[in-house]
Amino acid sequence: MTSALPFPSKKDPQKHTPVPVLPPVSRSRASLGLGVMAAQGRFGLQVCVECEAVQYPPRDACLKCLSSELNWQDVSPYGTILAETTIRVSPEPYFRERMPWRMGLVKLNAGPMLNCHLHGEVGRGNNVQMALKLDKAGQGVLIALPLEGSENMQDDPTLRAMSCNPKRRRILISDARAPIALALTEALLKAGASHVFLGEPEAWRAWPERKAFEGRENVSLLPLDATDTSSIAKLSAEIGGKVDILINTASFVRSGGVLGNDTTFARDCFDVNTLGLMRLAQGFGPGMAARAQDGINSATAIVSILSVQSLMPDKNYSAYAASQAAAHSITQSLRAEFRGSGLRLVNVYIGPIEGDPWFQHLPPPKVTPNAVARATVNSLIEGLEEVPCGDIAKDIYARWRADALLLEREITGEAP
Amino acid sequence: MSDSIANVTDALASGAARIIDLTHTLDPDFPVIILPPEFGQCARFRMEEVSAYDHRGPAWKWHNLTLNEHTGTHFDAPIHWISGKDVPNGAVDEIDPAAFIGPVVVIDCSAGAATDDDFELTPETIEAWETEHGMIPADTWVLMRTDWSKRSGTDYLNMAPDGPHSPGPTPAAVELLLKRNIRGFGTETVGTDAGQGMHYVPPYPAHYLLHGAGKFGLQCLRNLDQMPPTGALLIAPPLKIKGGTGSPLRVLAMVTR
Amino acid sequence: MTRQSYEGVVLTAPISVPYVRYTNETAHWWIARALREALIKIKMTPQEIDGLSVSSFTLAPDTPVGLTQHLGISPRWLDTVPMGGACGVAAIRRAARAIQAGDVDVVACVSGDTNRIDSFRNLLSAFSRFAMDATFPYGFGGPNASFALLQDAYMQEFGATREDFGRIAVAQRVNALSNPQAIMKNPLTLEQYMGARMISDPIGLFDCVMPCAGAEAFVMMREETAVAKGLPFARISSTIERTNAFPDDPIQLRGGWAVDIDDLWAMAGHGPEAIDLLQTYDDYPVICMMQFEDLGFCAKGEGPDFVRKHDLTNGGDFPHNTSGGQLSVGQAGAAGGYLGLVEAIRQVTGQAGGTQVENARRALVSGFGVINYDRGLCSSAAIITGETV
Repeated sequence: MTSALPFPSKKDPQKHTPVPVLPPVSRSRASLGLGVMAAQGRFGLQVCVECEAVQYPPRDACLKCLSSELNWQDVSPYGTILAETTIRVSPEPYFRERMPWRMGLVKLNAGPMLNCHLHGEVGRGNNVQMALKLDKAGQGVLIALPLEGSENMQDDPTLRAMSCNPKRRRILISDARAPIALALTEALLKAGASHVFLGEPEAWRAWPERKAFEGRENVSLLPLDATDTSSIAKLSAEIGGKVDILINTASFVRSGGVLGNDTTFARDCFDVNTLGLMRLAQGFGPGMAARAQDGINSATAIVSILSVQSLMPDKNYSAYAASQAAAHSITQSLRAEFRGSGLRLVNVYIGPIEGDPWFQHLPPPKVTPNAVARATVNSLIEGLEEVPCGDIAKDIYARWRADALLLEREITGEAP
Repeated sequence: MSDSIANVTDALASGAARIIDLTHTLDPDFPVIILPPEFGQCARFRMEEVSAYDHRGPAWKWHNLTLNEHTGTHFDAPIHWISGKDVPNGAVDEIDPAAFIGPVVVIDCSAGAATDDDFELTPETIEAWETEHGMIPADTWVLMRTDWSKRSGTDYLNMAPDGPHSPGPTPAAVELLLKRNIRGFGTETVGTDAGQGMHYVPPYPAHYLLHGAGKFGLQCLRNLDQMPPTGALLIAPPLKIKGGTGSPLRVLAMVTR
Repeated sequence: MTRQSYEGVVLTAPISVPYVRYTNETAHWWIARALREALIKIKMTPQEIDGLSVSSFTLAPDTPVGLTQHLGISPRWLDTVPMGGACGVAAIRRAARAIQAGDVDVVACVSGDTNRIDSFRNLLSAFSRFAMDATFPYGFGGPNASFALLQDAYMQEFGATREDFGRIAVAQRVNALSNPQAIMKNPLTLEQYMGARMISDPIGLFDCVMPCAGAEAFVMMREETAVAKGLPFARISSTIERTNAFPDDPIQLRGGWAVDIDDLWAMAGHGPEAIDLLQTYDDYPVICMMQFEDLGFCAKGEGPDFVRKHDLTNGGDFPHNTSGGQLSVGQAGAAGGYLGLVEAIRQVTGQAGGTQVENARRALVSGFGVINYDRGLCSSAAIITGETV
């Protein structure tokens, strides 16, 4: 049984905020594949194309037949813990601060032996389900989880450090006017978020949906506009020390191709979708990074709600797609820049949202705000980095991963 | 001639005349006009730091600005509207600079606007004003005081599902002002036209008729409650933007005490 | 094919440079010290060095090739043995054959490592690719955690208790108290062993070696050369080595010795009963116990019973790790792979001083090395004898 996460006490102003330290970062090129899997919430290992032997640790030639064709693919995650230890002494600062640390050796039913972290509810002799998670260093690591966890299993300290769980955390949603903002707020509160701040751009412009947020417990609307650096600086000065998760929902959509349009809308697209993300990261990121290991409500993630058009050309939304592609690139740079702190950059890729007027004329399937909210909260709980949400985004994402050039040809080859 | 200018400077120095600032501060939060989303939109005022006595420029601070010609307190040139597109010298850089300084009268509609968001400036209102203050002289700025500039937040645009609601002139009133051959027309609201001005014939009569006749507009003015009905001097030179349809500007009035 | 004997090749000049916990000196410095003492013993100048075999983890960025220029020597035969705890026996296997073949006449075998503050952590981080990828990210317990898993599994499988492992550590401490070079100077009781703080359960403080700096060396040559120089010498009776044995065992409950043990005894011409003393690789007592089993002193799983029934001290019925072993002398990196061998040479040549086992004529030395991921990959063993058996 995992005991429920306590409510964090208020910050002691006389105490130094712990400097983020990371678990071991270095990995071989082959082992980076674990992180690729973990980022997507998949459990997969290298499998030999020729003899189907499952490999671990990751390597460059098959341990059974020396073939060098090893593909990463999903593998059955079940196995048994053969041995365990509780480490009480380590020369590595990250683990020293978290002693004692349990780890074990699991015989995976699919073959290999896995050194792994142990969830608090499992031990030697247990049948377990293995999962790949991103640790604070951003690397994919193995953890043995109970087959049926208890109610608070997500509160296990080892597992929580590999997630960005919104429980007991304070979240800033950058744009309350976004179609998904209300669903997201409700999903976060349901998941145990202690407070949801919402940025309200252009408070001088009335919006009837505002009423849904007004007077709600643990919900605050605050002036924030992703296009206005001064508003970001102002809000960051006010609540920057309390933002544990930042979710960027600001988006500006206009349809049309490159030809037959001017650059005014394109500039707006970039100003909101690309530079807006940059400004928010610049305004809140450094403070969050400094608080990335500050106890129960440490800062943990920046979530970018991206259009899946960031991965593909779209002649009907050229500037929008370009600004989303640029935003996607920014998220990748941010991932690298935040690596040293353990702050995670989560990308949720979505297709057209049901009810979004800019995609109103497009046929289904569309993704509902509730689905986006669920996927976002789930990605935080599970500690994912790459999250396609909805049928269209999943389809495009899979095709992009498989062959981005082929995807381009498929899309641009469609009849006008 | 030099005596006249000396009189002005003396009056300012002695306090016999004073300057009233009719301008709102350019601020990212200041409202701009809202059009249906599929139309192009007026850029909000934005300011990005270039350096602030730091590694980007050790001894100086400066900003890059982003804004529309019609952001904040601003000037409308005739070519802003389709009716004025062929007006000779209708762009801000072409207008005779003499037009930027001149006499101004203020018609106080604040009482009506206080009770009616859609308060209309009608020929009757103008004629009533003229009864009291005399006929509006030719080549004079006419400002419509509504105290609307004291509103803030969503009350300023006062948007409703059927569009914004704010005071403005009727087409007949604009016709009358044109008959007086005024220089230009100014308001405290986000446009020279009423919030519901699109429903007049012609739609947006202030824009349509005034600019078609080569007249100018000023909007987002403030401090009109400090202005005398007559006798003040308005100083309103827009930026010299090539082919510009308007310009944010500092609007000043000189009044005697 | 019958293996050729090692006849005519002998081991001389056992050298142990006293270990220290931390040092600012480099591996080069430690190796040079051991080499110099060995050369003095055999009355040879550095320029006369004919062959050199080196084992070290901390020479980087140098290799033994760079070391030759550093030390001003020009050997015609150079070897490096990266087999960690199995390196000593592996080194003599290679050098003996080269001497027999005439490729080289005299081989100085030396191992040593430095230990700076924090160098242990850095050494571990770069130990192996699998360790970097798949061991250290999981709590960074180092070898303690890896052996804890093995011991945990061993205890479950065979019913061993911590006291059983404690008996090994306590007996070695008794031996160490007679060895002035041992880092550990105080007696150790089983109560103290049991009461010590846990390091990585079920590994406690006295299951662990003390990482330190130091060096070990000996010299191999033809028997007639040793006789001519008047050097006491030991002979090599039998050897084995194995790398990555039993890859399909889910967890290491046996080492590579189990593959080759029949070969070891066949070449020696006798069985375990003829052994006067045993030097096992002892970075953790559980590995000693596995060696008792895999080398044939008892059956698999009987290790716990074996240590309960035998006195493992130098005066006992089963002298084991007579110098005190790494558990009491300290672990100076790759020198740990030489420690037992160098001590065994001293024992069978009657030069062991305070730790001398009476009538020690035949010693079995075994090595175990390189926890690359979940198990030690290298195993080796040699039987060496005195001039007369």
